[in-house]
Amino acid sequence: MIIIDNLHASVDGKPILNGLSLTINAGEVHAIMGPNGAGKSTLSYVLAGRAGYEVTGGSVTFLGQDLLAMAPHERAAAGVFLGLQYPVEIPGVSNLMFLRTALNAQRHLRGEAEASGAEFMKLAKAAAEALGLPFEMMKRSVNQGFSGGEKKRNEMVQMAVLEPKLAVLDETDSGLDIDALRVVSDGINRMRSPDRATLLITHYQRLLDYVVPDFVHVLVAGRIVRTGGPELAQELERGGYVSMAA
Amino acid sequence: MTALASVSSTLPSRRDEDWRYSDIAAVERAWPVAAEVIDVAAGDHARRMIVQDAAIGSATIRQLAITLAAGARLDLHIINSGGAYGRVALDVTLHQGAHFELGGVIIARGEQVLEIITTVRHAGPGASSNQIVRCVAGGTATATYLGKVAVARAGQKTDAAQSFKALLLDRGATANAKPELEIFADDVKCAHGATVGELDKTALFYLESRGLPPATARALLTRAFLSDALASIADDAAREAAEAQVTALLEAAL
Repeated sequence: MIIIDNLHASVDGKPILNGLSLTINAGEVHAIMGPNGAGKSTLSYVLAGRAGYEVTGGSVTFLGQDLLAMAPHERAAAGVFLGLQYPVEIPGVSNLMFLRTALNAQRHLRGEAEASGAEFMKLAKAAAEALGLPFEMMKRSVNQGFSGGEKKRNEMVQMAVLEPKLAVLDETDSGLDIDALRVVSDGINRMRSPDRATLLITHYQRLLDYVVPDFVHVLVAGRIVRTGGPELAQELERGGYVSMAA
Repeated sequence: MTALASVSSTLPSRRDEDWRYSDIAAVERAWPVAAEVIDVAAGDHARRMIVQDAAIGSATIRQLAITLAAGARLDLHIINSGGAYGRVALDVTLHQGAHFELGGVIIARGEQVLEIITTVRHAGPGASSNQIVRCVAGGTATATYLGKVAVARAGQKTDAAQSFKALLLDRGATANAKPELEIFADDVKCAHGATVGELDKTALFYLESRGLPPATARALLTRAFLSDALASIADDAAREAAEAQVTALLEAAL
């Protein structure tokens, strides 16, 4: 589904990713773990196309297309979803309006028919209910006044409605209590399917108890230094990242 | 309730504080101006909407002399977006316990010079006023809000608030804001705030990452920004109509 090859990227002229390579096939869940400053968030922003994250080398091929040549909204329509570590508050724009505009903008770009009001409401209601987000909150401004956990649930509601092919979830587990972690994990697991893939970016092994990955990668100083199965996460939990640096 | 009052005869110049950001050549074309009068009787609640959407290149000046009798209330909303030069100037006098609510929107692009000028006189005790003005300016346009609050000696327990925020869409655009307080009573509350900024880049990225094309994302954020000034329209249908009007104007401007 996605082939990241020898990716180099800088922020403010400072190299952060230094030759990162990673291939994710449809149906797989990959986890990237790493210490602060390893480049985890940079990777997610580079994949989503955020301004200021400059690719200085390498390539990213998504479903046969050059992902790096696409604008952020085109990447979204092609099927890339970035779950943000810190979802943004947008006063004055309701969740429902935002989500409906996003869904239809994506469908429009893909040449598909737009969702009717009724079709959209059905999708949104089902997603909010599954993620334990009161529907009242869907009518409120995007993330405004939401707790950390509610913001993350809201990200998952967006993901459920937008149905991406590749979900890149940046620290989706941060700021969640154990109940919210379970609900959010269920949300991620529900999206697992043979034609979708997930890239979990996380500090902690905790999330991986609920969303069991097929592969775990360790990112240190902008490169993947180890790859293994779920047991690698356990090893990290015991030995820390220091043991991986060599 | 609305009538024409006295006609000012002397042409203003930029030396006059209230006209220092104006396009005087355009002012000359619109001069002289007759003030429109709005009187709201004691205890009455009036609502007014002023849409300044004059043709491209024209010069429009609206001057309103507004008096709210004791306990009266006026909700006034302004959408100022038309012409080469457009000015809406209010002179509001509040008597005891009256309330004046203003929501002002300025959408300026090209070389437009658009202004909202207010003088709110708290003449009697216990009157309140709340003014929210939001503006977007693009191109080399100039958007100005000058807001004066004058509290007379009798205006004890005045509660006056002003909030002005401007969004600049282009480097050449200008926003001017000047709050002015003139207070002769000693027990009053007068708050004011003014900010000038650009669209939040993080919010733009967030919207784009969900699939909104950049122009749509910008329009959505800009509309949300302006909607602050329309939130005080109590009637849902009227508010939605005003928001639709703002949306249409933004589509032309962005």
